[in-house]
Amino acid sequence: MNWTQFFAMGGYGFYVWSSYGLAAVILILNLYLPLHRRKTVRRLLREFVRLKRSSQPGSE
Amino acid sequence: MHKYASPKFFYALAGQLTPWLGGLTAILLIVGIYLGLFIAPADYQQGESYRIMFVHVPAAWMSMFIYMMMAGAGAIALVWNIKLAEIFSSVCAPVGASFTFLALVTGSLWGKPMWGTWWAWDARLTSELILFFLYIGYMALQASIDDPRRAARATAILALVGVVNIPVIHFSVEWWNTLHQPASVSKIGTPSIHPSMLAPLLLMIFAFSVYFFTVALIRMRNEILERERHTSWVAQVLESKT
Amino acid sequence: MPPLLNAIGCIFRRDITVALRRSTDILTPIIFFLIVVSLFPLGLGPEPAALRSIAPGVIWVAALLATMLSLNRLFANDHADGTLEQLLLSPHPLTVLVLTKIAAHWALTGLPLVLISPLLAIQMHLPPQAIGTLVLSLLLGTPVLSLLGAVGAALTLGLRGGGVLVSLLVLPLYTPVLIFGAGAVTGVIADIDIEAQFSLLGAFLALALTFAPWATAAALRVSIE
Repeated sequence: MNWTQFFAMGGYGFYVWSSYGLAAVILILNLYLPLHRRKTVRRLLREFVRLKRSSQPGSE
Repeated sequence: MHKYASPKFFYALAGQLTPWLGGLTAILLIVGIYLGLFIAPADYQQGESYRIMFVHVPAAWMSMFIYMMMAGAGAIALVWNIKLAEIFSSVCAPVGASFTFLALVTGSLWGKPMWGTWWAWDARLTSELILFFLYIGYMALQASIDDPRRAARATAILALVGVVNIPVIHFSVEWWNTLHQPASVSKIGTPSIHPSMLAPLLLMIFAFSVYFFTVALIRMRNEILERERHTSWVAQVLESKT
Repeated sequence: MPPLLNAIGCIFRRDITVALRRSTDILTPIIFFLIVVSLFPLGLGPEPAALRSIAPGVIWVAALLATMLSLNRLFANDHADGTLEQLLLSPHPLTVLVLTKIAAHWALTGLPLVLISPLLAIQMHLPPQAIGTLVLSLLLGTPVLSLLGAVGAALTLGLRGGGVLVSLLVLPLYTPVLIFGAGAVTGVIADIDIEAQFSLLGAFLALALTFAPWATAAALRVSIE
């Protein structure tokens, strides 16, 4: 298989690869953002639970 | 049944399911792209450019499918007051909107070589554009309500109104398009489907669907943690894994 | 008189009376409608043929926007002074009461738009036979705009940025009415049979009458609790 020919896509390379590239960006972003959010949520909630415990009367 | 619908149980189940679903998505995507880019022959009319179809059509399909899921789950949440349906419905929109965006841009990228213009008021692209606006409205409403319960119920009503309207909008645009179709712009004909083209297309649709559920589960888990932050099981979950 | 009819009559009369006392509220959308349409010749040039070709779309889009502007009035004032809560507590079915309010809203915004549209049609050089069609299409279409708009108004009740938000929710839903409303007028100018457009506008009205009051009532219950 000729790779140059493959990437040229019969002259439509720009359109085909932009489409697949954008699809990849969107798939990765939609996966990365909630995973990143998960870290933030866990950190914030851990803080939340710690504060709640320390503010409860008689816990310390 | 009650056990499966409890957020605590679901959180654990979803955590176990996501790696498997993620793996399945990856396999389906790799096989689909391999068949689509390497095995499927060039279309005799559109040459290699038709390969955009393997992302455009699944993205367009997902944009509709996710809206339906969102409205369906919203209806279940409204009628039976099931928390999980409510949470599921509330995490759909960003994914759906991004697939709609993908369908629009790939449609435009496909249109440029086929029609000679980046944008044509083609029936399918126009419907997709209005669907995109529907998603934007949904997310704007969701973002402007602070209370998650109220947000979920209000957006569910909006999604239901949208679902009733989507067929009407689609039909209207279709009709409008046949009336105003300029003669020079020919439609993107879906290439006469050969089995070697159909297989990657179906695989990609399936891959995108599994991908959506994977991402939805991850988002639902975040949402559950936030909503249930006052419960003791969340405190345990937070401590157990670092 | 049965109590439900009595209640409907009361709400309708009350809404009209309240609105008439604040007549600027009623006038604003109509003036807006006039100004927006009058701006187009200034932007495009006064060429009658060009104006005629865009007139149906321009007048219809302006009608959509004018309706949108008036949606805030539908529930916001009643929400502020507590009347809306009384309405929710009343023993009568909320959908019927909501429908009454929508009807009053249409009588105060949709109907004036319909009545003033021939003036704009003349301004935009629409041929005489198209003016009747324009009025008739607006007469069938504007109630749909009020009905769908009511859902948006109820959903955004009391939210920050409610005015702009309601346009994001409602405008995409208005597209079918726009297509067939403007399509009917364009059809008459092009001498095409326009029975289909009118049947469809009628069908949209029937559809909106069945679903919108129900959705509005549900949205009000969500917004006020």
